[in-house]
Amino acid sequence: MEFFLQNVINALQWGSFYALIALGYSMVYSILMLFNFTHGDIFMTGAYIGFGVATALLILTASLALPGWLLLIVTIIISMILTSFLGIIVERVGYRPLRDAPRASAAITGLMIGIILETGNLAVLGAQRLSFPALIETVTYDLGGVYFTNKKILIVGVSLLMMLMLHAFIRKSRWGMAMRAMSYDYQVVPLMGVSLNIIAPMTFAIGSALAAAAGILYGMAYPVLDPYMGILLGWKSFVAAILGGRGSILGAALAGFMLGFIEIFTAMIFPSTFRDLIAYSIILLILTFRPYGFFGQPYSTQLRL
Amino acid sequence: MALLQVDRMTHYFGGLQAVGSYSLRINPGEIHGLIGPNGAGKTTVFNLITGIHTPTEGGVFLEGRRLIGLRPHQIAALGLGRTFQNMLLWRHMTVLEHVKVAHYAQINYGLLSALLGSHRRYADEAFIEKNSLHLLDIFDVAHYADQLVANLPYGAQRRVEMARAMAIRPKILLLDEPTAGMTTEEMIQMIGIVRKIHEQFKVAILLIEHRLKFVMELCRFVQALVFGKVIAEGTPEEIRSNPKVIEAYLGSEDVS
Repeated sequence: MEFFLQNVINALQWGSFYALIALGYSMVYSILMLFNFTHGDIFMTGAYIGFGVATALLILTASLALPGWLLLIVTIIISMILTSFLGIIVERVGYRPLRDAPRASAAITGLMIGIILETGNLAVLGAQRLSFPALIETVTYDLGGVYFTNKKILIVGVSLLMMLMLHAFIRKSRWGMAMRAMSYDYQVVPLMGVSLNIIAPMTFAIGSALAAAAGILYGMAYPVLDPYMGILLGWKSFVAAILGGRGSILGAALAGFMLGFIEIFTAMIFPSTFRDLIAYSIILLILTFRPYGFFGQPYSTQLRL
Repeated sequence: MALLQVDRMTHYFGGLQAVGSYSLRINPGEIHGLIGPNGAGKTTVFNLITGIHTPTEGGVFLEGRRLIGLRPHQIAALGLGRTFQNMLLWRHMTVLEHVKVAHYAQINYGLLSALLGSHRRYADEAFIEKNSLHLLDIFDVAHYADQLVANLPYGAQRRVEMARAMAIRPKILLLDEPTAGMTTEEMIQMIGIVRKIHEQFKVAILLIEHRLKFVMELCRFVQALVFGKVIAEGTPEEIRSNPKVIEAYLGSEDVS
């Protein structure tokens, strides 16, 4: 039983990463009918930006001896803002000129920008892996034989908080409503006075900010950064976005967590080298029976709550 | 000065001339009709005026201001509203949300004040809520405000679409076949609705229609478009008795 609960916590932690990244895929897809294949590398860049911001903050405020949690909050906020600009640049440079081009061209562009980010990172920072600064002390709690750290609680808590904020934004704000409307047909909404060139970059910005948050949280749990860390995590989150149903916010979040559970519990039963093989075979099987995902509908890719 | 003026507008899709030298003048408060058989280029005229396509040649002016080169959302914000032949509603959004989205251009607060919950945001949102419900009331769909638009009867969906178009406070409203798919009874109801918004909002209207009765009832001036060219224009009576129009609608007399 303790072992089981232990794994639930691990699954929730991994699910948080997948869910946060999957939301960005899903939102951009529903509005521009485009899978932003740069997204995994935006997650990686977000983690590096977080590394830079955290390191800078530690040096600048060394004499003040500020508490770690405060530095962490500031790091997350600044990194999310900086990474959202990266998303805006990717949209402006990579995707906007191709808005009316075949979707395959845009997908290839996304892959290429991803490679540029990876290799650019490699060229600038070199091949050695960086270690994410530990802003807060790890505290381990023991709850009747179930061990969990404050970091895991923090990761799951911050992720859920961000998903709730996103939900409120999409449901209530004027931009969120415009995004939902835009996801039906981006030719029509401008005739109501809404500019696609505001809403599309904003969608990229939000997706990138969430990916940056995921990057920092990932860096807290697994403090080793390398330029290719975004590839596998990005692809898996993409699977979560599909599994949730294209355009569905709730679906992307739930499928992200579900992916975490399937992976962790596969590893619980089978040798860990079998983990992804078996986990993704299960997902393939699910998609065979539910090709539109859990909350997706045929021919419907609109942004839904 | 005419409210909406179109000068010799021409548009080609590839080598095909979709609209040829189309001109139009609408003064404030007028209702004009545009009739013609399927594929005559009526909706293309709307798409050119609203900025979805840019005309190959010719000019479009709203209150003397040149529209060509402006983006669709800018043209809409200047006071040009429209509806669509197939409505293009957002099926999984509520009726109230439809009208709220169309207020977008009238909102003054930014992202930061939205996040901070500024006074301006609350004032703006309260105004929009009130105005949206008022509009829905005018179109007799206020009782559906929180329903998803996909669940509404067809006639009500049409009225939601018109409420959405009116929410941008248009000076001129372009209606693309507002009675498409309607029964005669619903069509007569729609005549009343168009009259009502015309009187209440003092808005000029340009409407595309197939059904001559609808046009005859509402318009003082009608143009008949065939293969992208105006073949006749004048009062509804003149249009109805024009041999070219009769030919375009019913086929040439030689055949019979």
